[in-house]
Amino acid sequence: MTDSGITTNVIDKGQGLADMFINMGPQHPATHGVFRMELALDSELIVDATPHIGYLHRGSEKLFEHEIYSQIITLFDRLDYISNFNNELGLVMAVEKLMDLEVPDRAEYIRVILCELNRIASHLIFIGTFALDMGALTPSLYNFRDREKILTLFEATSGARMMHNFFRVGGVKQDVIKEFPAQVATLLDELEAGIDDADKMLSLGEVFVERTRGIGVIDGDVALDWGVSGATLRASGVPYDVRVEDPYSVYDRFDFGVPVGSAGDCWDRYYLRVLEARESIKIIRQALEQMEPGPIQTKVRAIARPPKGEVYVHAENPRGDFGVYLVSEGAESPYRLKVRPPSFCNLMALRDLLVGHYIADSVVILGSLDIVLGEVDR
Amino acid sequence: MNEFNWTYVGVAVLGLFGLFSFLATVVLSLTWYERKMLARIQMRSGPSRVGPHGLLQPIADVFKLVTKEDIRPTNSSGLLFWSAPLIVFVSAFLVWLTVPFADGAVVAPQELGLLYIVAISTVGIVGLLLAGYTSSSKYSVLGGIRAAAQLVSYEIPIIVVVLAIAVLVQSLDLRDVILGNEVTIGERVLSFDGQGAIPFAFIMPLGLIVFILAGLAELGRTPFDIHHAESEVVGGPFLEYSGAHWAVFFLAEYINTFVIAALTVLLFFGGWSWPSPPESVFGTALEEWQTDALGVGWFLFKTYMVVGLFFWFRGTYPRLRIDQLMAFGWKSLIPLSFVNFILMSIVIFYEWPLWVMTAFSVPILVLGLYIGSRRTARLADPTTVQMYRRARREDGGNKLIPEGSGD
Repeated sequence: MTDSGITTNVIDKGQGLADMFINMGPQHPATHGVFRMELALDSELIVDATPHIGYLHRGSEKLFEHEIYSQIITLFDRLDYISNFNNELGLVMAVEKLMDLEVPDRAEYIRVILCELNRIASHLIFIGTFALDMGALTPSLYNFRDREKILTLFEATSGARMMHNFFRVGGVKQDVIKEFPAQVATLLDELEAGIDDADKMLSLGEVFVERTRGIGVIDGDVALDWGVSGATLRASGVPYDVRVEDPYSVYDRFDFGVPVGSAGDCWDRYYLRVLEARESIKIIRQALEQMEPGPIQTKVRAIARPPKGEVYVHAENPRGDFGVYLVSEGAESPYRLKVRPPSFCNLMALRDLLVGHYIADSVVILGSLDIVLGEVDR
Repeated sequence: MNEFNWTYVGVAVLGLFGLFSFLATVVLSLTWYERKMLARIQMRSGPSRVGPHGLLQPIADVFKLVTKEDIRPTNSSGLLFWSAPLIVFVSAFLVWLTVPFADGAVVAPQELGLLYIVAISTVGIVGLLLAGYTSSSKYSVLGGIRAAAQLVSYEIPIIVVVLAIAVLVQSLDLRDVILGNEVTIGERVLSFDGQGAIPFAFIMPLGLIVFILAGLAELGRTPFDIHHAESEVVGGPFLEYSGAHWAVFFLAEYINTFVIAALTVLLFFGGWSWPSPPESVFGTALEEWQTDALGVGWFLFKTYMVVGLFFWFRGTYPRLRIDQLMAFGWKSLIPLSFVNFILMSIVIFYEWPLWVMTAFSVPILVLGLYIGSRRTARLADPTTVQMYRRARREDGGNKLIPEGSGD
């Protein structure tokens, strides 16, 4: 019981009195890695929440400063470890912009295809783990099956399932095999069916909507204040997608839609990603059509030395607006390389989302933000 | 009975031992069944290495659990901590004393069998609460409190549905419930037209649905597995238990699952009674033990089918939240169970034919489903997510506009 002796279902944010503190994570099964939140509870209601991060801190940003650029690519793979290609793209784009390099079209198309496939893989994991947080065991296995197909293709292309090290400053490591377009086309058909499966299993299910509708609502303005981006921001009704607003690579050549929600709750955040995965399939289909044979690498010195200067580029990662700020002194290593990780910024809004909800909602809300700790802690 | 009868004690001990062996085997088979069934739902093959089709996997699991170190949290109170699994197990086990597998196959037939089952199964809640309280872990405390709230609430619809059955057969003896399917009780024939007997599922479909849903909640199985929710309270009351003591909880849980399934079969699907008498199927007269054996087989078959239904739920549904669970119990199931009970009483009191009960139940069920689906349809409104397209901004950049609207 609280001191006031009154327990109501709705409490003012941060105003209730806690009678228990509970520590969720870093070893809790539903905190997506090593995230930890300290919850102040009034019986089952969350009165206050304090997130703690840093359990996966590897000092990546300091490491960058001692590596040459082609080595940094491998470190970028390990930031957001389930959308590796998108991370690599952020880095190589920054270096290319600073060096003022023209990237061959074929390389750009290969990059887009791989990045969008990676987006689908990431969203599949999101859907699966989101359902798992709510106790639905089956969707995760279906989705991991489909993701495995994507990873197999990645392996055939880059030699690694996850840590690809495939993009290069000025192009990509090697050309794709000639069967690649056919393989991707087959894969896309299978993925379409897979996404439909997940959609049918979850989206409109009674228990699923009960658990996600109206949970963790965040207004567009508040979301912008916290620096939230990506699907989480769009679910709150802010139409912002870097691929459209600030097109990079060859994204301005494709016709694709961007789903935007209006409720700003967990269901919208979930459903948005289902639709986004379908739009990614459309992008890849167009890219396969437009892709033509040609060079895949501009001429760059083996050890790239960008000129003195600084540059900021950003890209739409599966998790949101992924920014790379690069300061070069003209050496083979960056003077400073700062990453703006979308997961970290999305996580900022967590306390606002949690307070006033039940413990059971905390894992759903955390899941709906789709964080990857490798990126949050860097 | 003034003299202490050792034969009686011997028979009872043998019966209990036999029952325990039987239930242990059932639990082993259930774990295999559940894992295999979940695996099939999830496109996996499930256990397949130990024994043919992984049939020996449960045995391997038992060895693993029993040989594991049994750990007690330092701050927990020893006696209470160790006795909690026993309370849960004993209450689950004792229920089986009076559950008849066939007409002659029951350890301790009782005239008030239904009352006994309802009363004994409630004791298990104490064990769960105790486990949560003495584990000195906050997750366990939360889980224990959740368990108490959930199980106490869902006892009510179960009891009321059982009462309705008792009103129907005018007895609390489980054997009468089944025999009511086959013979007349007093002047009444428990059938629509006075001719052939029918399973009570047809007489009170409303009761059946309420019983299965409340039973699922009583077991803490998906979608009501809230008190040991893996992703929230990490196993709830069982969190701090390991090795053999955890295995006891596990055993109790599966025995309970089997109880609810068996009760569903006994109360609603005619228990061990065959669709038509075995004699007419085999064409010859059967000995009594043969009829009983066939009855037990048929009963177990039906029970495994109902258990399969529970496992199927587990592979399909997410989990509800505690407040939604309580609301569902108190606002939907309990009123429905009382409606079912009152209707049944009226039908029996005025000696209306039993199809009247069906005629009342089905519209109520349909109405309930309709109201539920309306609520779901209102919540699951995909139009909150709209597709936006790229459009040109005045300054030359791009912006997103809703699909279908002009530039």
